[in-house]
Amino acid sequence: MSTAESPLTKKDFKSDQDVRWCPGCGDYGILNAVQTAFANLGKNRHDTVIISGIGCSSRFPYYMETFGFHTIHGRAPSVATGVKLANPELDVWVISGDGDSLSIGGNHLIHTLRRNVGLKILLFNNRIYGLTKGQYSPTSEKGKRTKSTPLGSIDQPFSPISLALGAGATWVGRSVDIFAQHLVSMIEAMDAHQGTALLEIYQNCNIFNDGAFQGFTEKSVRDERTVEMRAGEPLLFGPDGAKKAVRFDAGMAPQVVTVGEGGVAEADLPKWDPSAGSPAAAMSLATAPEDALPVPIGVFRDVQRPKYEDETIAQMQQAKAGKQESLEALLTGSETWTVG
Amino acid sequence: MTDTEPTTREFTELDQIVIRFAGDSGDGMQLTGDQLTRTTAIMGNDIATFPDFPAEIRAPAGTIPGVSAFQLRFSNFDIHTPGDDPDVLVAMNPAALKVHVGALKKNGVLIVNTASFKATDLKKAKYESNPLEDGSLDGYRLIEVDLTKLTRETLEDSPLDTRSKDRCKNMFALGILYWLFHRDMQPSIDAIRAKFAKKPDVVDANLKVLQAGYHFADISGIFQSSYKVAPASFMQPGTYRNLMGNQGLCLGLVAAAKQAGLQLMLGSYPITPASDILHQLSTYKHHGVVTFQAEDEIAAVCAAIGASYAGNLGITSTSGPGIALKSEAIGLAVMAELPLVVIDVQRAGPSTGMPTKTEQADLLQAMFGRNGECPLPIVCARTPGDAFEAGYEAVRIATKYMVPVMVLSDGYVANGSEPWRIPDEADLPKIEVEYAEERTDGGEFHPYLRDPETLARPWAVPGTEGLHHRIGGLEKADVTGHISYDPKNHEHMVRTRAEKVERIAADIPAADVLGETSGDVLLIGWGGTTGAITAATLRLQKAGHKVSAMCLRYLNPLPRNVETMLRSFKTVLVPELNCGQLAMLLRAKFLVDARPFTKVQGLPFSSQELEDGVMEALNRLNANGGEA
Repeated sequence: MSTAESPLTKKDFKSDQDVRWCPGCGDYGILNAVQTAFANLGKNRHDTVIISGIGCSSRFPYYMETFGFHTIHGRAPSVATGVKLANPELDVWVISGDGDSLSIGGNHLIHTLRRNVGLKILLFNNRIYGLTKGQYSPTSEKGKRTKSTPLGSIDQPFSPISLALGAGATWVGRSVDIFAQHLVSMIEAMDAHQGTALLEIYQNCNIFNDGAFQGFTEKSVRDERTVEMRAGEPLLFGPDGAKKAVRFDAGMAPQVVTVGEGGVAEADLPKWDPSAGSPAAAMSLATAPEDALPVPIGVFRDVQRPKYEDETIAQMQQAKAGKQESLEALLTGSETWTVG
Repeated sequence: MTDTEPTTREFTELDQIVIRFAGDSGDGMQLTGDQLTRTTAIMGNDIATFPDFPAEIRAPAGTIPGVSAFQLRFSNFDIHTPGDDPDVLVAMNPAALKVHVGALKKNGVLIVNTASFKATDLKKAKYESNPLEDGSLDGYRLIEVDLTKLTRETLEDSPLDTRSKDRCKNMFALGILYWLFHRDMQPSIDAIRAKFAKKPDVVDANLKVLQAGYHFADISGIFQSSYKVAPASFMQPGTYRNLMGNQGLCLGLVAAAKQAGLQLMLGSYPITPASDILHQLSTYKHHGVVTFQAEDEIAAVCAAIGASYAGNLGITSTSGPGIALKSEAIGLAVMAELPLVVIDVQRAGPSTGMPTKTEQADLLQAMFGRNGECPLPIVCARTPGDAFEAGYEAVRIATKYMVPVMVLSDGYVANGSEPWRIPDEADLPKIEVEYAEERTDGGEFHPYLRDPETLARPWAVPGTEGLHHRIGGLEKADVTGHISYDPKNHEHMVRTRAEKVERIAADIPAADVLGETSGDVLLIGWGGTTGAITAATLRLQKAGHKVSAMCLRYLNPLPRNVETMLRSFKTVLVPELNCGQLAMLLRAKFLVDARPFTKVQGLPFSSQELEDGVMEALNRLNANGGEA
């Protein structure tokens, strides 16, 4: 790979195409964070490939001055897998939404995660179908009234995080479109991961689902209603130094405690370990009801497993070492006869 | 072991033999047929085979749905089909007898395993009385052999259990046939040794039983005569191998990828009768072949598209139902103008249909089965050997024109086999592929700036400096590739994509014509019906009829001599295993009275059926004073 380009700035990752998301859309913040992170990470444009499916979020590649492929609904992880198998050196990012990757593309998402292909997946979760103008999605809350559910949705929503954990994902994180710094740090963290990294990004659709995450993202409640998972630290949260924490009871259910009350000492609190042998704690946080617990953001899971493309190449190299055969020998096979 | 040639063996010299094995799907009929085929091919006969098996892996033993069969025809002359009616039928049980005896020629040799004709076996096959005793088989040369008992006796000292011993009985039958047709046993002996290398007891048992069968035929005097078919003399000089259609396709793809200097990446999902392509290519990792068994048909084609986008030769293989699932993604490849090879090994449909049975009913799906105006080139495999060239051509066209190419094969071609003259590597057509070159001038790269001759856009592979650009399924502006909703641009791009496919007509050979270029009847077909059409045409020509045939490999665009040929015959018949799909295309495109001649039974045409069809057309012509 060439090193001719000097370090690129955030601006260098902006394409000349007009961004056509609705004014006020959360996607702008994510685009900004990705461009910032890519510049911080010293990426170049020609080794970076951004692959998307269909939906508002999937317009993303057009706005990035890199290689980009806007594919078909739900299938971006499959196209991206093919790219990785063809050239594992490429830096491949998948952009998808909750409808794209959890509904029509659910199958590809889980299989990509279990294979651990070296892809970075940004899942924009706005809990609604935006581009088709406001139908409920697989992450919409039960009872949600939309154009297609005038009496309220009766579907139980997915937790994308628990789905990913269940599929054996090796890196799973969550951030929010308006938590700019946190979002950049998550994109940088997932970039370092070897294997599939899935980042769920809560993203506000100000047209069809405005304020979906307001209850825990608004400045006035953010500290009280979110808890940031930091490796090696207790799950502390709370405004103005009020030290609350999340810990787990004997049945692994999360509970909120206050440091210094009821005999809870900070030193006794469990330290968050995204690389723990078991994903039980991560699963417990991912499946906790949103209104009963501060919403966890940060890295749920970060473990190592061989990458799919590496194992593919290793097999090929092993086969090549074991058997050298000319094309002529291949065409000839083992049993022949001669005429004339 | 092969020099056990009995010196006193009486023999009759024949030009050809058709043998059919039939038994339970667990009886090893496909394996037995395969062994006889390989041996016969090595001995230099022309061969054609037709495996016919049920979709169920093991239907209830002894029942009609569980019957599996394998037909082999071998000859000393050029043959094009596995033959219509067998000269010899081996029936391992009453169900197999019931299904297949009707096809056996009058006075044909009928070998039955009497051990499987007990009352319960007869009941399972729904026989009211025992056909071995009720005289219903009087018209055949019935040879009754208790294969089970003889096999067990042969293996008296073997450490195998009875069940495993009984599994060797197909080898006894094979031994009998090897004696009867003067076949060399050595290739089978080698094959058995290799196949069961880790199970010496099984090797011993199979070899013992094979030889016991051979000697039994020699000593028992059950046959009045044996038969010899001399090696075929018409064949072009060269080195030959036996080749099955799926195999041929795989070799063609690998050879083409190597010639083009591309890594081959197959994305596939298991489906009958295409799975063997996935299996076969998976064994070519040492040739740099990447295979990816995806979670579904859609992921399979999408991964292949991703691989092509990144500079590999992306291939996906499936059957008709899989094509239905892949349609949207194929449309993406048309729009993104990426090379891709899509293989459809057709089977009887619609829906799940009859998965192990052959049909040609996906032609219109291949032509039109996508949303929007979405043409792509189509080539087909006409015979197992021709599948090599079909695969090779698909790669050449896909990479030269930056377009997905559909390859239509079918169950009959895929599982059939024939002798194949191994091509010289130097004789393979050149495939030159050039990726777009890196640029450091900082100027904008134009992903849709076309080659003026082929209209192909550049293959701009990620990782190449200065070529970063965006593509996708949205309509693009010509040259720049930016998203465009401009009405005139859309029309221009739709017509350009179509024109690109049309221009391929100048880059493919004229279709082969069998016979004169004008006359009374033209048979025009495609794909797997080629063998039957050729055989029927040759016989009709020999009988003095003005009949010619044209069997197409290129279906879109059509070769340039098709129209002239259609207009040069009084009657045009289009034999197809569907309800008239090529006929519909020819009529629509050329406004000619091309008449469908069709069959949809999950079975290939017999050459007799085609001859009868042509004779009917000729008689109609005569009755109308030479007018169609």
